[in-house]
Amino acid sequence: MTVAHAAVPLLQARALSFYRQDEPVFAPMDFLLHAGELAVVEGDNGSGKTTLLRMLAGLLHVGGGELQWRGERMQRDTCGGEILFLGHQLGLKGDLSPHENLRVVTGLHGCRDGVTVTGVLSRVGLRGYEDEPVRRLSAGQKKRAALARLLLVPATLWLLDEPYANLDRQGIALVNELLEKHTADGGAALVTSHGAVSFHGGEPRHIRMHA
Amino acid sequence: MNAPSMRTASLAILRRDLVLAWRRRSDIAMPVLYSLIVTMLFPFALGPEDTLLQRIAGGVILVTVLLAMLLALDAMFASDIEDGSLEQLMLAPQPLALMLAMKILAHWLTTALPLIVITPLLAAMLHLPAAIIPVLLLALLLVTPLISLFGAVLVALTAGTRRSGMLLALMLLPLCVPALIFAAGAVAAAQQGLPWLAPISWLAAVLVLALVLAPLACAAALRIALDS
Repeated sequence: MTVAHAAVPLLQARALSFYRQDEPVFAPMDFLLHAGELAVVEGDNGSGKTTLLRMLAGLLHVGGGELQWRGERMQRDTCGGEILFLGHQLGLKGDLSPHENLRVVTGLHGCRDGVTVTGVLSRVGLRGYEDEPVRRLSAGQKKRAALARLLLVPATLWLLDEPYANLDRQGIALVNELLEKHTADGGAALVTSHGAVSFHGGEPRHIRMHA
Repeated sequence: MNAPSMRTASLAILRRDLVLAWRRRSDIAMPVLYSLIVTMLFPFALGPEDTLLQRIAGGVILVTVLLAMLLALDAMFASDIEDGSLEQLMLAPQPLALMLAMKILAHWLTTALPLIVITPLLAAMLHLPAAIIPVLLLALLLVTPLISLFGAVLVALTAGTRRSGMLLALMLLPLCVPALIFAAGAVAAAQQGLPWLAPISWLAAVLVLALVLAPLACAAALRIALDS
């Protein structure tokens, strides 16, 4: 991360909005996200948190306003591979084991230096479940298998939709640890949550959404 | 960013889909059993008359294979959309069209190839002369990838709609008519001792075109389907 980059926000939204059947899903939003920052997107059910994250990931088109990535208009090929999105659907194949699922992930997105699939799985607490088909795992264990992607894939911006759902206390602590390490390393993260979230280091930015 | 090479990514997707198909082997067996049973019905319905069966054999086998492939087509992207794998595929730093081409290849290998393997058996059930079987196999080797590619585009277009199976059949079958005519024409020409290379060449030409265009169309259609 160079000094010049630090001045330019990683992600900038100006009057960002999205329409579904000509109805705005959320009020126009403005926000900045710098490298090393963590922002929590808050809002009631149906306030458009998931829609916002899917739009930032590039799965939905920008309805109105402007979205900039490192100071330039956001396009799929300019930020390809730098954004990691973890949605409600975890992207795991039920018939494959966590190990096999993550092997596919590394094949598609690449792998951080010095990180192995086995090591990552034991880090998220799935030691002993590496070769069990994912469909036999509990909801929390599935979530952990999906979270292993965060440790495995090199990405600058994490977009995490309800990362705490289904997790036990240790799992929540794990997510917090991962987020802390990621922002300390110069990454940024946008996390949605409708529950109270406590972080170790500092108070995160809050982005409030209104329907 | 050290994104993996397209080769690595393609192999990862191909391997994943083949492993998934192997874990659900019974799904592979369904179209094979279906085409065996359908072909078996014809001699029962029309009587065991050699000349009649020989005359219709090529067409019956082609239509049976087409319908058997239609059975399995519906599932091409359904599970990937459901579990979010498709979203992750779209966000990968790889060209989506290439990744989808790998998925289509895996689908062809697991549904069409077993059908082609049992074709000599189907041909024998309808008393097709052994000399004609290579021509029929060649025609099937060109027609089945075409059906997979056309089918993939239509599955992508109907993704997210309800009862897409019926809609898919209504859209795909008319599209397959030209391919069917050429393939059946080649088999009929071979049976009459006429040159059969021309219709086969036409099929090959269309296949090359579809190989290039269908994955691109498929990628565009799926991006639209998920963008709502």
